Amino acid sequence: MSSFKGRDIISLRDMTIDDLWTIVMRAQEVKEGKHGDCLKGKTIASLFFEPSTRTRLSFESAIVKCGGNVFGFADPGASSQKKGESFSDSIRTVTGYCDAMVIRHPVEGAGRLASEVATVPVINAGDGANQHPTQTFLDLFTIHEEFGRLKNLKIGIMGDLKYGRTVHSLTHAMAMFDAEMVFISPPSLRMPSAILSDLTEQGISYRTADTPEDAADMGLDVLYVTRIQKERFGDPLEYKNVAHGYRINCNTISALGDQVRIMHPLPRVDEIAEEVDATPNAIYFTQAHNGVPARQALLGLVTGGIS
Amino acid sequence: MERVYKVYAINNGTVIDHIPTPLALKVVEILGLGNEGVFTIGVGFQSKRLPKGKDILKIENRVLLESETDKIALIAPEATINIISNGKVSEKRIISVPERIFGVMHCPNPNCATNKLGAHSNFALEDKETMTYRCEYCERVTGIVPENLTAPE
Repeated sequence: MSSFKGRDIISLRDMTIDDLWTIVMRAQEVKEGKHGDCLKGKTIASLFFEPSTRTRLSFESAIVKCGGNVFGFADPGASSQKKGESFSDSIRTVTGYCDAMVIRHPVEGAGRLASEVATVPVINAGDGANQHPTQTFLDLFTIHEEFGRLKNLKIGIMGDLKYGRTVHSLTHAMAMFDAEMVFISPPSLRMPSAILSDLTEQGISYRTADTPEDAADMGLDVLYVTRIQKERFGDPLEYKNVAHGYRINCNTISALGDQVRIMHPLPRVDEIAEEVDATPNAIYFTQAHNGVPARQALLGLVTGGIS
Repeated sequence: MERVYKVYAINNGTVIDHIPTPLALKVVEILGLGNEGVFTIGVGFQSKRLPKGKDILKIENRVLLESETDKIALIAPEATINIISNGKVSEKRIISVPERIFGVMHCPNPNCATNKLGAHSNFALEDKETMTYRCEYCERVTGIVPENLTAPE
């Protein structure tokens, strides 16, 4: 197992299956009440160059719960970049103020660049359409918590599969755990062929489908739903027609079977009917809450508070 | 009177032959030769191997580094490279696809840190057969497009 202390967390591509296991196991321990002071005496910078609600708040909650201090900004207007300072100079400066930094930025590769100039660990909290590794960590933790395993699960991934960074990272991670996958999307938003080629090379079994009902015969363990964004469609009527077919309700769950668990990275708009919230199949709010222990574990690992 | 030599022979240096027409100038650009030494270019020669014609580039008194010759593979994998010493071929160099490319290719993604935040371009070979590279920053995979190649930074 590689050590996490001092390590940058930028992309799923840098992670091994052992790394993912370590994060999931430590997150479980955090949720059981361990490692409560793993950030005692540490100061973490929270630099959000792009607005965020869940990710920023759950990071800040994670830092406080572990006894750490947090400073930073939630609005790029509050940073010196407004005065013309370069991104690299901002990071070089802040690196001297903290023990680790969490960065979200709208530009793809900003986290990688920050990790090259910072002398403390950098955690990528989302870089444009590229990577959002901590979302995948909390997804894996939630799946493990629900099923007691990560290996050999049947997972449906639904929504905007062409542009969604969350689904790309999750697919990459679940492939490491030999999942059987079905990708459910409108034809115009299919999973990129490069990702499908990777799965084929790895010997991962997958198929594509137009609707969740098309996957009813699989006995899915998880249906991971993501939002179909209106701006992907030139014609509002086309969006309306497509989006209507991607709405999960209790009938969908009946078709997929009682065993299925519904996940969503949130925020949802109308892709999951509220009637689903009260069913035991809905685990998306638990998933959102699990962002805190997953991020506590990660911060503890990279700062050396958890070994 | 017919000219004996279309591109004059050199005594010492590097000869790059079988560059597909019209990429010789692009080779000059990605090698950063524009402002140093003497080089001669021949464009549009007939070639059995290259039906659309070939270019030749002769660089006097300079032996290209292996890393420099590998860059040529990005746009002209068919090219042949001979190192000339005292008027004779002293080395026939086989070019190979570089595992990494630093600073000679723009990332085509306009929202990449290399285009927006001043990061230096850095690509890793993704697939040798299809000649595709992955940007180390935005992680997009791209093929080699001559227009995206530039002089070394």
